[in-house]
Amino acid sequence: MTDKLHFSLVSPEKELFSGDVDSVTVPGSEGDFGVYPEHMPVMTTIRPGAISVMNDDAERRIYIIGGFADVTQEGLTILAEQAVELADLDPAKLAQDITDAEEDARDAKSDDKREAAEENLDTLRSMQDAMNA
Amino acid sequence: MASLKEFRNRIDSVKSTQKITKAMQMVAAAKLRRAQESVESARPYAARMGAVVGNLSHSMTDQPDAPQLLVGTGDDQTHLVLVASADRGLCGGFNGAIARKARELISDLIKQGKQVKILCVGVKAHEQLRRMYGDQIIDVISLREHKHIDSNIAGSIATRVLEMFEAGEFDVCTLVFSKFKNVMTQTPATQTLIPAAGSLDEPAELPDLGGACYTYEPDEEEILNVLLPRNLSTQIFQALLENVAGEMGSKMTAMDNATRNAGEMIDKLTLQYNRKRQSMITTELIEIIAGAEAI
Repeated sequence: MTDKLHFSLVSPEKELFSGDVDSVTVPGSEGDFGVYPEHMPVMTTIRPGAISVMNDDAERRIYIIGGFADVTQEGLTILAEQAVELADLDPAKLAQDITDAEEDARDAKSDDKREAAEENLDTLRSMQDAMNA
Repeated sequence: MASLKEFRNRIDSVKSTQKITKAMQMVAAAKLRRAQESVESARPYAARMGAVVGNLSHSMTDQPDAPQLLVGTGDDQTHLVLVASADRGLCGGFNGAIARKARELISDLIKQGKQVKILCVGVKAHEQLRRMYGDQIIDVISLREHKHIDSNIAGSIATRVLEMFEAGEFDVCTLVFSKFKNVMTQTPATQTLIPAAGSLDEPAELPDLGGACYTYEPDEEEILNVLLPRNLSTQIFQALLENVAGEMGSKMTAMDNATRNAGEMIDKLTLQYNRKRQSMITTELIEIIAGAEAI
């Protein structure tokens, strides 16, 4: 058995990450959990949040929205609907997006639109939280 | 006999046709490369998704409360056939092959006394199917206004199919699309989307758990309830991407042939034109010489 964990992150558009890492922390829908090599098999849904990938003391944080984590003997696979590398996010732009989204939510004419705007706003806010954490 | 001017006009018009087909071929080649990339980058997700569904369905299929999306409604009287084709023509036999495959499937089902509903994704299949099965077609979804296939389009189609399924409008859903093998070969294929368990050709290989038990969080049923709809949209997305790549590949080949044919035609016409011109000059010369001799 290796002492590294094989981790792959795939979104519908492409495979974002595939390789060996030390550990991954995943925001499961029932609570965050860390996955280390030789973790027991788990299959869980994910709530929007940042996963943190640790490798050789370097941390990569990737924000993912919706999906599944599947831990098997071979490693961890995350199927994400959307994934954004937090290091790539620009705080100023995110703040601007949030302001825009707030405006959208306020100005929305129909309930459907308001709901969609609020959902969008929630996502952006939790993204910001993840970045500041 | 056509005059020289007529020949010149024909040569000119073939030349401009050739220019168009050449341009279309190059556009298709550029689009093909992009489409091919997106098919290939989308494959891991679809494959993983398939594996996870296969994995879960193993433990669920025997249970009486398994979701209907997985095991079906227990009936197969009404079939929904989802025909995915291109939105534009001029791509060789691409749309024809898909329509033929769909026709085979539909006529088989009708022979078996099943009720068939058709949902066309892409207008070309609709054009070919409406003559025979006009009554069964429930709707056409055109992708023409979308420049780029993204997962949202597949998502909206999947939502629509799911709504119909939940309303009990059909029991089995089959997708007809074209599998992209390479630029030269696209094979029309069918895939059963609902029940999802039927789409697995062979029982998925269970990962070696080393004696450990799989833990599901939340429970299997809830995961399946989220996973199955997503699986549906993933499969549709994959099929649409394969289709785009296939269409472009097919279009490139067709336009390459057209360009070559136009070239051959120009050569032939030019030869005829030159012969005609020479024979006219010869006739004129003979007339002059004969005239001179007569004096």
